[in-house]
Amino acid sequence: MTTVPRSVPETVAAKASGAVIRVQDLHKYYVMGDNRVHALRGVTLEIARGEFVAVMGASGSGKSTFMNILGCLDKPTSGHYYLEGTDVARFTKGDLAKIRNQRIGFVFQGFNLLARTTALENTELPALYSRLPREERHKRAMEALNMVGLADRHDHYPSQLSGGQQQRVAIARGLVNQPSILLADEPTGNLDSRTSVEIMEIFQDLNKNNGLTIIMVTHEMDIAQFARRQIVFRDGTVRSDRYTPPNDCVDAAYVLKSMPTLED
Amino acid sequence: MDFLSTMRLALRALARNKMRSGLTMLGIIIGVGAVIAMVGIGQGADRQIQDQIAALGSNMLFVGSGSVNRGGMRMGSGATKTLVQDDAAAILRECPQVAAGSAGTVTGAQVVHENDNWNTQVYGVEPAYFDIRNWPPSMGVTFDQSEVDRAANVAVIGETVRKNLFAAASPLGETIRIKNLPFTVIGVLSAKGTSAAQGNDQDDAIFIPVSTHQKKLTGDTWLRFINVSAVSQAASVGAQGCITALLRDRHRIRAGQDDDFFVRNLKDMADSAAQASRIMTILLASIASVSLLVGGIGIMNIMLVSVTERTREIGIRIAIGATEQDVQRQFLIEAFVLSVIGGGIGILFGIASSWVISAQFKWPVLISPMSIVVAALFSMAIGIFFGFYPARKASRLDPIEALRYE
Ligand SMILES: Nc1ncnc2c1ncn2[C@@H]1O[C@H](COP(=O)(O)OP(=O)(O)O)[C@@H](O)[C@H]1O
Ligand SMILES: [Mg+2]
Repeated sequence: MTTVPRSVPETVAAKASGAVIRVQDLHKYYVMGDNRVHALRGVTLEIARGEFVAVMGASGSGKSTFMNILGCLDKPTSGHYYLEGTDVARFTKGDLAKIRNQRIGFVFQGFNLLARTTALENTELPALYSRLPREERHKRAMEALNMVGLADRHDHYPSQLSGGQQQRVAIARGLVNQPSILLADEPTGNLDSRTSVEIMEIFQDLNKNNGLTIIMVTHEMDIAQFARRQIVFRDGTVRSDRYTPPNDCVDAAYVLKSMPTLED
Repeated sequence: MDFLSTMRLALRALARNKMRSGLTMLGIIIGVGAVIAMVGIGQGADRQIQDQIAALGSNMLFVGSGSVNRGGMRMGSGATKTLVQDDAAAILRECPQVAAGSAGTVTGAQVVHENDNWNTQVYGVEPAYFDIRNWPPSMGVTFDQSEVDRAANVAVIGETVRKNLFAAASPLGETIRIKNLPFTVIGVLSAKGTSAAQGNDQDDAIFIPVSTHQKKLTGDTWLRFINVSAVSQAASVGAQGCITALLRDRHRIRAGQDDDFFVRNLKDMADSAAQASRIMTILLASIASVSLLVGGIGIMNIMLVSVTERTREIGIRIAIGATEQDVQRQFLIEAFVLSVIGGGIGILFGIASSWVISAQFKWPVLISPMSIVVAALFSMAIGIFFGFYPARKASRLDPIEALRYE
């Protein structure tokens, strides 16, 4: 069996472990000349520690805006965002940088690796900003690369890696400082279906075995099914928020077995 | 990020665009090099002036006719007709601090020897002149009092005149014609070189007895100057006072009226010469500084380009936890490294070009450790100053927009 049977309802579980993320009436609008573009129009939700959430919705529904706020890259126009119980609005710029560095791992759609910089150095980057000693940085980066199955490619440059491998380096980079939350904005958006499932396998593994809270944006239903909870955005509001019943959860490792390999 | 990692990062970023980094550095190299070389030339000239003035003999005084602007730069003797032979004699007689004196006058003249002719300054002086100026002949002799007494047609020529009229031949005993009067060359003065204070060639001159000059050459009995030596350096101030009082009395200048002559001691000359060379040094250095400024602007320009090009990289760094200070430091150190390496090479370049200049133009060049230290500090400051704005710009980027930047 690959799915973990749960007897406790999810909402209770969320309260028991404490909401790692809680947002209240989040609004975000951009001023474009005379009109305001509303990206978020009152989003309220909680995400508990150890959840694996898929955020879905049509293009322009505010998913990225929401993720950027969760990742402390952006600030809401109004509303509150409590990260592990603390209102983020109270943090200074320096605090926010530290949170991005230590507590949140971010994976982007476009990989966003530094060119002409090896996989290992890319992975090391966050550790560089947390002033870890050199050996510790290397050790952690190698561990993170190992987790995504790329330890043997540590000296490759992004241009020498496939899209899936680049995205795995980006995930390793998101993991190197051992954050408690991993945010991924369309992590499979640029990948073929098999590679996408491989990435989901990594996410499921990290979620189950390391207890990592994962929030992932996707607009593909078959990618969202790997998560335990699906939140659907529409026009800047949450349209639906539901948990996959434990028995319906799809196991990526299992799916992979039935998929043709491309690298044969 | 720690300093070492930031440094490594900066070197790597610069190595990535070798051509561009090199060209940017070139601006600083030329700027620093020019400052070093120009200051070297200025200080070399200053040193040469000091040396020459010291070589004049520290107890020399110069009495010139006409008034002089106090504190001004005018060093030459005035044209006013105020000094006479009796003044020179009176100075020797009345002032106990004075050891020797030589009345002097001067005129420009055409000098001919066989087919060669040369335009030069002809000085009428007394025998003591050569001792006072510490200027011995390299060939032959200088004239004595008896030759002055009988207004003999003898000439002692400067090295430049010798070269132009005689080339390799021996001038001694030869006849030259000054304003068509025949003179016998009895000596050649040792080469003294360019006067640092006035900038003229001191060897481009002919010396004849003052009596001959007055009676036969110009018919003018006024003196242009009197060279005096005090008995000692300590006595030179007293001598100056004595001469001033004496000449004022002899020229019947009432209290409150300006002198119609001037007396300069060595210190006066050294001071105004030093002032002149200092002004020249500052002038040269400021011209060179302009190129350093241009180099700094080049750094700023290339850093701004670099920030724009690396917008995405900056976005990534901020997104994964780089603080504003981290980003700012990264770019500041890049600019700093550019300017410091450029400055270092510029110092070597400046020293090398100083050597070339001093060898090529025979100019004295003096590279002081001080100017090197100042140049090094200055190039560092340039890097920080011109790197600051681009670095700040980078650190203020919005990460979301930066990540979206293509
Ligand atoms: N920087 C911005 N300036 C103006 N409008 C923006 C900006 N970012 C996003 N928007 C707008 O906000 C809305 C939500 O965008 P986004 O969160 O990127 O949606 P999604 O990721 O779901 O496609 C869109 O209408 C988009 O055009
Ligand atoms: Mg989006």
